[in-house]
Amino acid sequence: MSFLLMTVLVAFRVLGRNRMRSALTMLGIIIGVGAVIAMVSIGEGAKAAVQAQIASFGTNVITILPGSMTIGGVRSGHGGAVTLTIADMEELRKIPGVAEAGWARRDTMQIVHENKNWFTTINGVPPSYLVIRNWSLAMGDFFTQSDMDSASKVALLGSTVINNLFEPGEDPIGATIRIKNMPFKVVGGLAPKGYDTRGSDQDDVIFIPFSTAERKVMGTRFLGSIGSGFLSAESPEQMAPVIDEVIRMLRQRHKLRDDKDNDFTVFNQLDVAKIQEGTSDSMKLLLLAVASISLLVGGIGIMNILLVSVTERTREIGIRMAVGAKRWHILLQFLVEAVVLSALGGLIGVGLGVAGAKAASNIAGWPTIISGKILVISFGFSALIGVFFGLYPANKASRLNPIEALRYE
Amino acid sequence: MSLIVCRDLVKTYRLGEMEVRALRGISLTIEPGAFVAIMGASGSGKSTLMNILGCLDIPTSGTYMLEGTDVSTLGGNSLAEVRNKKIGFVFQSFNLIARTTARENVQLPLFYRGISSREQRTLALRALERVGLAEREKHNPAQLSGGQQQRVAIARALVTNPSIILADEPTGNLDSLASQEIMDTMTQLNREGMTVILVTHEEDNARYARRIVMVKDGIIQYDRPSSEMVGARLIPHEMSV
Repeated sequence: MSFLLMTVLVAFRVLGRNRMRSALTMLGIIIGVGAVIAMVSIGEGAKAAVQAQIASFGTNVITILPGSMTIGGVRSGHGGAVTLTIADMEELRKIPGVAEAGWARRDTMQIVHENKNWFTTINGVPPSYLVIRNWSLAMGDFFTQSDMDSASKVALLGSTVINNLFEPGEDPIGATIRIKNMPFKVVGGLAPKGYDTRGSDQDDVIFIPFSTAERKVMGTRFLGSIGSGFLSAESPEQMAPVIDEVIRMLRQRHKLRDDKDNDFTVFNQLDVAKIQEGTSDSMKLLLLAVASISLLVGGIGIMNILLVSVTERTREIGIRMAVGAKRWHILLQFLVEAVVLSALGGLIGVGLGVAGAKAASNIAGWPTIISGKILVISFGFSALIGVFFGLYPANKASRLNPIEALRYE
Repeated sequence: MSLIVCRDLVKTYRLGEMEVRALRGISLTIEPGAFVAIMGASGSGKSTLMNILGCLDIPTSGTYMLEGTDVSTLGGNSLAEVRNKKIGFVFQSFNLIARTTARENVQLPLFYRGISSREQRTLALRALERVGLAEREKHNPAQLSGGQQQRVAIARALVTNPSIILADEPTGNLDSLASQEIMDTMTQLNREGMTVILVTHEEDNARYARRIVMVKDGIIQYDRPSSEMVGARLIPHEMSV
């Protein structure tokens, strides 16, 4: 053990003699490791941000829109026909694996509070909708089923709406706002969700009971038609079977012949998540490829310099052998030099990578997550590169014939 | 017990199709405390003999008993161990490691013994004292004269307290004054009981030895005490370089 320690000390001294050369040799590893860490940190940060956005939509949510839409295509006529009803949704709620069913009708309207007004989206929803879409309260209460039954004029306000209709510090609970010149009582304020995956403000919104919206605010061609339906599945695994059953049941209820297209569109948040993850995965793969190439080049650089070093120090190797160094002593010496080079490069790379990630979040404002795991892995990997690329030159050195090595000029 | 007993050492090299017979049957016995000069012109086989005696190489056939142990069939690592324990080399070109201090150079054989660095340092300083260079322990080879470098090399050979000091043309790169100093050091070491084998083609140096072994064409041409040579030419006229 003490021999290993002394060998490490010798390696540091030998590398210290050729500082410029050692630094240049390490550069490949430094860049490789630094790039890996910076990129993974930024990637993980972006992924976490996307996941948080997706979670804000609600978990395991299946969305049903009336009208048809060709997937990934040109026809996007959903919402065009009134083909989805509360009765449909009540029926779909009975599918095994469905936890909740909710629905909404929305419209954009001017709302007024005292001398302020704001143009926003009004959603008529049952209380279950708020559960499915994962809305939580910052203040006040949700409206209730009895508000639904009596079509009460009560409203829940998103935080953006509160900020625009009320003075800072003013309590909106119990205040009266006017929609279409009708007074509504504010019962609750919603906790902010931020922007969704498409970049629109989810908090710029007002919720009122569905019945109130249908009968008093938006009007309807016939009672019970809805703008969109939402189901939440009990678990992610239930999503696919539930979707299949939704399609089957809706086709049956809408009496569609086999040769007719669906008059509704079903999609789920998982699809969105998959697209997002797919993008970030292919991005990650690309970054990994760049980093691997950089590490490979760095490793080859180490091997190259070590081969030069073996040749330069042939005489020294001969002397060491003459005074009693065994093959493994020589092998270890050069291997340790390679590992010291690559591990030192790795260490500097880790430092640079962390600094780069911090700079990205401080200067560019990107969310970054630096995980200790990736630091350890990249450092360990850089040391492994030293072993791998050091083995050939070290082996070459250890196989020198002492007589010839001593005679080498 | 004799220190070195060689029987019928033969060494052949293959150079492509050709077979070169460097040693063609050498038998040699050396007692502890001897001071032997091995002489011969270049190509005579004396370097090959030195490599075998120094355990840097093994013979193609024949046996080499070093302190009662047969070392003629050992593998590389065992030979390295024998070299480390029993043989101290002194080379013509000093062979010190550059940019490494005198003391660290002397320490080198101990480095491969796995003893503590404190013990290495103590032994190395003692060896440097023996060659009169203790105060130069922190100097690099480049800061030392040729004669001083060779004395550091001698200290390195001494530091393990070996059975044999094997010196290969130790004065070949030195001026006459430094040469004499080195040969005096060798003689002094021999007086203190060290077995010294000197490989040289210089008659002047061979005179310091008490026995002369002349190698020619891979065999021993003659082997006799140097006292018989006083005043005579050591090397026959037609062989002188």
